[in-house]
Amino acid sequence: EARMLASARPRGGFDFSLCGRNEVIRQAAAGATGTMPRAMKTGTTLAGAIFNGGIVLGADTRATEGTVVADKNCEKIHYIAPNIYCCGAGTAADTEHTTALIASQLKLLQLNTGAGSRVVTAMTLLKRMLFRYQGHISAALILGGVDTTGAHLYTVWPHGSTSKLPYASMGSGSLAAMSVLESSYKEDMTEEECMELVKEAISAGVFNDLGSGSNVDLTVIRDDQSVTRHRNYTTPNDVGPLRALVQAPSVKTIPRGATQILSQTVTLSDVQVEVEGMERLST
Amino acid sequence: RILNKMMLAGASAGTQRTQSPIVTGTSVLAVKYDGGVLMIADTLGSYGSLARFTDLRRVRSVGDFTLVGGSGEYSDFTYLMEMLDAEVRDHRMEDDGFVATPESIYSLLRFSMHARRNKFDPLWNSVIIGGRRNGETFLGTVSMIGTAFEEEFLATGFGGHLAIPIMRKHWRPDMPEGEARALLETCARVCYYRDCRSINRLTLAKISDEGPVVSEPYQLETKWDYRLFVQPKAGAETGGSW
Repeated sequence: EARMLASARPRGGFDFSLCGRNEVIRQAAAGATGTMPRAMKTGTTLAGAIFNGGIVLGADTRATEGTVVADKNCEKIHYIAPNIYCCGAGTAADTEHTTALIASQLKLLQLNTGAGSRVVTAMTLLKRMLFRYQGHISAALILGGVDTTGAHLYTVWPHGSTSKLPYASMGSGSLAAMSVLESSYKEDMTEEECMELVKEAISAGVFNDLGSGSNVDLTVIRDDQSVTRHRNYTTPNDVGPLRALVQAPSVKTIPRGATQILSQTVTLSDVQVEVEGMERLST
Repeated sequence: RILNKMMLAGASAGTQRTQSPIVTGTSVLAVKYDGGVLMIADTLGSYGSLARFTDLRRVRSVGDFTLVGGSGEYSDFTYLMEMLDAEVRDHRMEDDGFVATPESIYSLLRFSMHARRNKFDPLWNSVIIGGRRNGETFLGTVSMIGTAFEEEFLATGFGGHLAIPIMRKHWRPDMPEGEARALLETCARVCYYRDCRSINRLTLAKISDEGPVVSEPYQLETKWDYRLFVQPKAGAETGGSW
């Protein structure tokens, strides 16, 4: 109960213990640029939609560090509970650790109560933590899942506000994704229709937003709380075929005799070499 | 830096520099179709966050071959339209067979906008020029700093983020007019849903071989009653809301 979650519960008030360390880093970097090292952001297009029978969550797979792509195929749909998943946009470290922390808290709660996790619980834990940090944790999330009260889809903003919606998009590509959702969403879709809709929404972000790219991941959570994760559901930016065109296999496999031998001299070395007992590395 | 300061100071004490717009229009959308260009914009003039003027005509015809639509500062758009109307009038008065064509209007706007930007006194508009003449269709845009290019479909402002993804997916060459209109209206609907500075009162304009036509304002059908929007969210049983 209360004691179990004490380690995760804060002491109260705001924690400014890292401000000193931040200042030291800022001073240290002053010689170079005078600015803090850039966080790895996820740029991102996220989308989610409710259909007649569950929820589909979608995300792109590009992680950016400024204007450079840091990871071409990262995973942005995070596990929260067997029946709850969370897409994360913003600073990659923040979304990763925040969702992991709340997943851990939910697991403890599930063990303590013996009941399944509810989406609203995850949403409440997330918003309380994010509000405490006043937006400094840059995590913009789409939280979705199915529990005993039904299918629910929430957006959670870095400052701690939430919205409960039938369809949602987040991230730098959210306008592109939302334009697809607004023009094509209908109530009581089938699973296939909803997957197609969310895939199109993410694809709009992938191709029209520079902060998003590479592949589309989907996760389907159904009313019976079964989950199907479609990692790399579509890979519309696969450069494999292009790479294959420019590869020159003949350079890698040079046949014997390709280089003409002009002359050959064999000399025996007079250096004595002794091999002593070798030590094994412990494994 | 010293040169910049001198330029910003202005040639004379009475010089005004437009640094921020006051009454603004939002997105203008346009597509080429089989036979010409369709262009749409709402009739709102925003005064910051106030929906102050609800009957501004931001898509207009210029001469017999061209439509011009503008977003941004409405007074600068009016000034541009007066300049273009004078251009058309001057050609007619010259009576030498030359007319204001879509390309010539595009070039004039491109030069003017860039020239004003060079004087640090831009006309705070994004303009779309659509035209049809001698069986050829023209569609181009000029921004407030003079960036100009031609495309098959265009959008200014918020439309760039909301409408262009849909146009890139669904536009194809030589669309029939009905399909092109449906595409534009789908995009305009999304812009109305998601752009705070918009209203559901639009003018649609067409330029074809029959000449320019600008419609009177009309409304789009919108849907606000999805079950999950309407049913109460806050509640112990079904889960909380914000």
